[in-house]
Amino acid sequence: MTGLRIDRNQCVGCGICAKTCAFGALEIKEKKAEANDNCALCGMCVDVCPFQAISIEKEEQQADRTYRDVWVFAELTGDRLAPVVRELLGAGRKLADQKGCRLAAALIGGGNAFREAELISLGADVVYFCRDEKLADKREEPYTAVLKQMVERYRPEIFLFGATAFGRSLAPRLAARLQTGLTADCTGLSVEEENGLLRQTRPAFGGNLMATILCPARRPQMATVRPGVMPPAQADTGRSGIVREVPLPEFPERIKGIKRVPLPPAKSIADAEILVVAGRGIGSRKNLSLVTEFASLIGAEYGCSRPLVDGGWCEYPHQVGQTGCSVAPKLLISLGVSGAIQHLAGISRAETIVAVNTDPHAPIFSVSRYAVVGDCVEILKEWIRMLKCR
Amino acid sequence: MKIIVCIKQVPSSNEVRLDPVTKTIVRDGKQSVINPFDAYAIEEAVRLKETCGGAVTALSMGIPATERLLRDAMSRGVDEAVLLSDRVFAGSDTLATSYALSLGVRKLGPFSLILCGKMAVDGDTAQIGPELAEMLGIPHVTEVNRILSVTEEEAVVEKQADGFLETLSVKLPALLTVSKDINMPRLPSIAGIRYSEKGPFRLLGAADVGADPERAGLSGSPTQVVKTETPRREQECTYLEGTQAEQAAAVLDLLREVRR
Repeated sequence: MTGLRIDRNQCVGCGICAKTCAFGALEIKEKKAEANDNCALCGMCVDVCPFQAISIEKEEQQADRTYRDVWVFAELTGDRLAPVVRELLGAGRKLADQKGCRLAAALIGGGNAFREAELISLGADVVYFCRDEKLADKREEPYTAVLKQMVERYRPEIFLFGATAFGRSLAPRLAARLQTGLTADCTGLSVEEENGLLRQTRPAFGGNLMATILCPARRPQMATVRPGVMPPAQADTGRSGIVREVPLPEFPERIKGIKRVPLPPAKSIADAEILVVAGRGIGSRKNLSLVTEFASLIGAEYGCSRPLVDGGWCEYPHQVGQTGCSVAPKLLISLGVSGAIQHLAGISRAETIVAVNTDPHAPIFSVSRYAVVGDCVEILKEWIRMLKCR
Repeated sequence: MKIIVCIKQVPSSNEVRLDPVTKTIVRDGKQSVINPFDAYAIEEAVRLKETCGGAVTALSMGIPATERLLRDAMSRGVDEAVLLSDRVFAGSDTLATSYALSLGVRKLGPFSLILCGKMAVDGDTAQIGPELAEMLGIPHVTEVNRILSVTEEEAVVEKQADGFLETLSVKLPALLTVSKDINMPRLPSIAGIRYSEKGPFRLLGAADVGADPERAGLSGSPTQVVKTETPRREQECTYLEGTQAEQAAAVLDLLREVRR
């Protein structure tokens, strides 16, 4: 029977589960916990029960073992590989080696999208491709039709997509068509030793917890992977591989492009060498001008944490973190950022982090090389004075 | 035209911390709110109705208390609301949630547009929109930041993605997820608040929409969260001592080192 199970022998009625439950679904009746209809089976109570009295039961089905190999979706930008594809191949190669299977790339594009050799040099053992002018524009329905056909014919066990705007739109459409599981925006991937399942790690609950997610029975196990997190594969032109063409399937064409204009290449904070990042600790919107002034004085770019964008203080392109931009500066100066996990995921590739925060236990310090416990606004004023008056 | 808006209830605060001693989760409040991104979808649907005529239905899946948020949507111009609530739906991942929502949509009958927020702020998956569109067999466009025109047959929309500004025409019925640039959501009006108190609200269970228990809730969810944890400390951190001026100077020294 699927559902929440409370072992009445283990339960002591301490009530920790009831306090934890966000849905008000647990009550203590006669010194034992009981679940009501509000239960969403989120599993929070299972984790917090000190007596292991709560479990979620589910009948497990067996996975179809004819699904093998690790695949990555070779997304194109124009006729070139999107940068995230190298990262997917890097991560995919490791998974494939661990599982002792092949790494394959699924390539879809217009008539000039010849990228097989490059994909093989970057680690793919096999490239499945479908090339047609009808596929020159990246559209979800045609691409879903092509990928479904590839998956049914060649059966990948794991299928990774870049969490680009297109990847995050295409992968769920395909997952729903294949009726399989999809984990969004992963920052960590590994193989479970005992059963070979893909362990997918991503920030959850607004970024305050890391969740590890499995897809035990359905195939393929699908994930989108956050760009800029996995180390990219290095090219080796000496590698060899197989190339297989997949015929063009039928699909509806219900979306037509009318116009496509490149946006002016905004100087992305992703490429900044030195980055100043402001968080809620700057206190008020007007203090943001101190941040930008300091950044320009030291020749740095500036970013911010998500609450500042949500509050309308700062524009989205400046947002650092899981749902914003992943950054990799040599030096990151973090000001008044507490450090939600999603934010930390976005700065994990920074070389040196210096953080200023009033709370000596702020999570941001756990990833920082240097910490200043204090008011970042005061420090900012100090810096500006020192830099201007020397 | 008939427009459906999908809404999710999310915790009002994302500040979920593990208490280091008791290992329990410390929450600032248990109050739920409408997912902030969904507010833009509600506003856009109501604006379309005001321009083109028609009606807006808000649809959600959640615990019975979600009714309050659906009524809040009515105070902002939504005409009617439907809540899918049943223990059978508990434990749904995105696939099972989209399945339940697709049944709710079918129950509502013919429609022209479904609008969703671009993602929910608790899960951040952005998967429900595309998965729901697929289950309904209709096209979808994500992260729309302008709806330029709508007829009975098609919508012309604009989206910014991966470095391009694209204008697309989409055959209707279709599903759009909207970004926060699309509009500025209105506040409830007095008339709206009055309307919301008695506005048409329907609660539907799994049987009402003909849900297959094998495809719904935990049983219908291919993914499983096996572990949640706070991340471990990865680095030794040196706390800079001294006066504020000394601390500030030390950081500027670091800066010079990096510059070199």
